[in-house]
This record gives sequence, structure tokens and C-alpha cells, in this order.
Amino acid sequence: MNWLSDEAIARLQAAGTLPDASGTRYRIIERVGSGGMGAVYLAEDSVLARRVALKILDLPDARGELTQRLLREAHILARLEHPGIVPVHDAGTFADGRAFYAMKFVEGQRLDRLADSASRGAKSFPDRLRIFQRICDAVAFAHAHGVLHRDLKPENIMVGPFGEVLVMDWGVAKILASESASPAGVGTSPHAAPDSTAAGLAGQPSLANPVATVRTAHGAILGTLGYMSPEQLRGEIDRLDPRSDVYSLGALLQFLLDGRSPSTASTAPPDASTSTAQPSRAQSEMPPPENSAASAAPPIPPALAAIARKAMAPEPASRYTSAAELAQDVARFLDGMPVSAYPENLFRRLARLASRYRIALVLVLTYLLVRALLLFWLKR
Amino acid sequence: MSDDTRIGGSSGKFPVTRWSAVLAARSGDPAERSRALEAILAAYWKPIYKYIRLRFNKPNEDAKDLTQDFFARLIDKDTLADFDPQKARLRTFLRVCVDHFVANTVKATHRQKRGGDAVHLSLDFPAAEAELQRAKPALAVGASAESFDDFLEKEFIRSLFGLSVTALREFCASRGKRVHFQLFELYDLADDDSARAGYADLAKKFDIAVTDVTNYLSFARREFRRIALENLREMTASEQEFRREARALLGVEPE
Repeated sequence: MNWLSDEAIARLQAAGTLPDASGTRYRIIERVGSGGMGAVYLAEDSVLARRVALKILDLPDARGELTQRLLREAHILARLEHPGIVPVHDAGTFADGRAFYAMKFVEGQRLDRLADSASRGAKSFPDRLRIFQRICDAVAFAHAHGVLHRDLKPENIMVGPFGEVLVMDWGVAKILASESASPAGVGTSPHAAPDSTAAGLAGQPSLANPVATVRTAHGAILGTLGYMSPEQLRGEIDRLDPRSDVYSLGALLQFLLDGRSPSTASTAPPDASTSTAQPSRAQSEMPPPENSAASAAPPIPPALAAIARKAMAPEPASRYTSAAELAQDVARFLDGMPVSAYPENLFRRLARLASRYRIALVLVLTYLLVRALLLFWLKR
Repeated sequence: MSDDTRIGGSSGKFPVTRWSAVLAARSGDPAERSRALEAILAAYWKPIYKYIRLRFNKPNEDAKDLTQDFFARLIDKDTLADFDPQKARLRTFLRVCVDHFVANTVKATHRQKRGGDAVHLSLDFPAAEAELQRAKPALAVGASAESFDDFLEKEFIRSLFGLSVTALREFCASRGKRVHFQLFELYDLADDDSARAGYADLAKKFDIAVTDVTNYLSFARREFRRIALENLREMTASEQEFRREARALLGVEPE
């Protein structure tokens, strides 16, 4: 009997769950992530000689429900061709009965890791806000194509080495009633159809975060605590529209600003046996994120805190109507323009203008000072 | 590749059946009990030897004697009759038994006690000692009990997988799939990642296509997993324990 090294044992243990890719173009290299019902593997596409990521079910799915869900995710990705959304290449089933789909292998860092205290120091506010804008762009694109993400959180955002930003893990995405919803129409008064997937898979774990999948008297909740909108948390599936993702984007913005995930304590879901009135009340009483955003160092500009607060308003009607509108407000902040979420009095407006035109202001003041000194000197 | 021991090791056999050796070790049928004890001994003697060496800081010779005596006593005294699968795993039970046994045994006394009628086990201690020296586990005598539990657990896995690899080699040979096993050995059993050849190199070496390497490895891994699960089933006392262990060791939910 051979002595097996620790590395060999680790390989053999991994081989226990390694999908059987025989007969396909893929050579599985290693497991790079896992979730409730599947995992993501780094693989090589032997035909095109390139690396790809394979999302694969952990087990053969005899009943086909998980397979359907995985393939549905692939279909959603396939129709969302956007630089901010990871492209899907292929889908199928391995010899061992496990369903999979192949997508671009994104080399980069997850946003939660990028935004930790050490890395965050290297990213200025404008840098972080530009990342956020790209996330909003991708989400707005999905909304325009009738798709809600429903699980936006730092762990599902990848930032590449060249600044590319990709929204990942569309496993709990929801297709709105009208797939051809226009960009203008989305966010104004969209009405979501009942979510057949969520209803059919009520109680199934999310690939992204199994522990966040809970059930209420109203329906299944798929998402991540702290980033879910109050209506999503209450399981009001019929009420979900792009403003639910806007809420999650607000939570992401807050995370980018202060590096902390929104508190889950105040948004913890009720137990299934709990009265349905309670979560509603808990949500409506949830404190706005003003204090948490302002308490971190460096101080967060009040206009930005106001943007996050508006995006995370408990009532959907009080939020931005779309991800695009939210991104526009952030763009206005970056350009030194007034933002819709932050009404200005005269003093605030002057302060903003002074900040925006500070170089010109310094030059004018310098000129006036020199001129005054010259006049004073000539009169002597 | 030489065999380590005549008990369990020479045939590389955990019998390829689905009975539990843990339960069979308490059977009234001497033949069944003997076969079960053989399987348990094959899986556990090396981990126990290494455990005694490190946990009690025993020299090579003392550890050999203690291991011999421990298993001889296990067989003679039918110690496994006291094992209750509802209360603990077999590993935990054996570890507690070893702790008591070593604490209560004086080497010299014990040697005297071991007379001509005592069971003598043919175990390849030099091989076990060489493995220990090769692995150089960073465990001192004063390390925590949890550390030694982890060590024993790890060595059990090493032993179980080692026996499974031996069985896989024989299985592949019997099916005319020697190349499958050789690929598995070169790729999955390499000591460290730097020693591993790539798929293209392996294909060249065996004059096969790269896709064949993928397929052959898939076959070998699939069979390894099957054999390892069968072996694991023998070392567990209930279906529930088996499934729990399968998830922990191989990350799989057995069919």
C-alpha cells in the first residue's frame, strides 16, 4: 500500500465530488466556490484552449427541479449580453447526471474582499462610486430585459484587474411578466408576474446563500438578509419590481461607503410561524442607514448618505424608480451637481459650488488679493 | 509497491460487500467476527501505532509492542462487544481504549504477560514508522487532546484511502485497465502538485489522446469513490453514521 501525502488525500477527497466530465470538451481543474446545491469549478475548454468556469449541481438531480433551476439561470444569462454580466457559453449534463453550464472565468476579486479595510484604503470614494455605477448599469440592463436579480450583494460582484465589474450569480433571478419591457417602462410602474420559479422551489436553498432562503406565510424568500428589500423579506413575491433591486443597490452603496454590510439584526426574517404583520412592522421601523454611514471614517458626504438612504427607503414608492435613476444621482454627485436625494439650502449649495469650482475660486481670490495689494501699494 | 501487513493489507481487501464490520465484530459467528476484526485491524493499526508514538512519546519499539498488545487484547478480550455505536464513532471508542490501555500498561510487565498463547499479529511496523518520519507531523506530547483527535482522524482517512487505492489497483488490473490506474496514480496520487504531470504530458507518455486522459481519470476516480464508500460503510455501524461520514470524508451523499 502506498503512503498517501496530505496533498494526495486532499485530491482524493475532492475527487469524491468532482463531476464526471468524461466525454465533454471540459477538463475540470479545481473547485473555486460552492453554494447550497452546486459549485463553481475552474475548467479548461479543450476545444478552444481557454479557461472557463463551470457551475455544476452537486448531485444528479433525479426529479429535475434543480436542473431546471440551473438551466433557467443559464438561459437568463444567455439573454443578458452586457459587459457587466458574466457571459454564458454552454450548458448541458455530465455523464454522471449532473447539470452544468459554462461561463466566462472571471479573474478578479469579489467586492466584499476588495472592499475590506486594507484594500478599501487604496480605493477612493470616486473609484468606489464608479464601480457602483457599473453595477447599476448592469442591473438596469437586466431590468430593461425584464429580469430582477434579487440577490445583489458584495459576494456576487466581481471586480477584474482592469476595472471590469461583473454581476454574478443570477440563480434566484426573477423574470418579470413582460420580457420585452422597455427601459423607460421598467421602474416606472412595472408589475411583476407571480414568480413560478420561486413558488415551485419554495424552500429550496439558494445557490448563493442557502441560509437566506426562508419561507413566510406569503411565499418563499430567496435572497440575502441585509440586502433584501422589506417586501422581498416579507415574501411578497407579487410586489417585487426593479425597486426591490434598487433597495439592494442602496445596501451595496452603503457597503462600498463604509465597508460594512447592512445590519441583519433589524431585518431578520420572521419565523414561518410568526404573524405576518410583524415583519411588516419590523421593516417599517427599520432605522435608515444615515447613522451607520456617517459613523465610519473617513466621513461620508451627506449627499451620498442621502442617496443610499433614498435607495433603501422602506416603501418602494419612496425609492429611486430604477437603477438607472440611482446611477444618475451618483453621477451627479461625482460631477459636483445637486442630487435629487439631497435638497440643498443656500449654504449647502454655496459649499458644493465652492468645492466644485475650487480651483477657479482660488485663482479668482488670488487675483483679487494681488490686485488689492497693488492698489494699496500704489496709493502709498 | 509492497504490502505492509498480512492482516488486511496483503490482499488489500476490505471485502467488497456492504456489511458493517463494526457490527459484525460483535457477531456470535466466529468466522464473521474474525473477518470483521481483520477489516478493522487493517484500517486502524497504522493510525493507532502513529497515535501511540506521538501522543505518548513512545519509542519505536515500545509503540510496536503496545500496538501489538492493544489489538491482541481487542481480539482476545472481545473488547468491541462494549462498543455502542449509538454513543460514539468507532474511532472515538478505539482512541479512548488506547488511552486507557497505554496509561495502565507498563511495557516490561506487558512483555512478560504476552506468552506463547497470545495472538501475534504480523504488522509492518517499519513501513508505519517510515510513514511517520516522512510526514513529520508537528505534534508535541503536550498538544491538546483535540489535536491528537484530529491527527487520528487524518491518519484513519489516510489508511482508509490507502486500502481503497490498493483495491482499485487490483480492480483495474482485473478489468484490463492498468493504464487507467497508472494515470490515476501519476495524476491524483502524486505527492505534491509540483510533481504532477499535465494532461498533455500524460497523453504523450501513454500515447493516447488528451480526452482519453480525462475519460480514464474519470473512470478511476469514479471507481475509487465507489470502493472508498464501500470501505467506509464497513467502518460504520449505521446508515446514518455512514452517510454522515461519507459527507465529511468525500463530500458526497451516497446513493
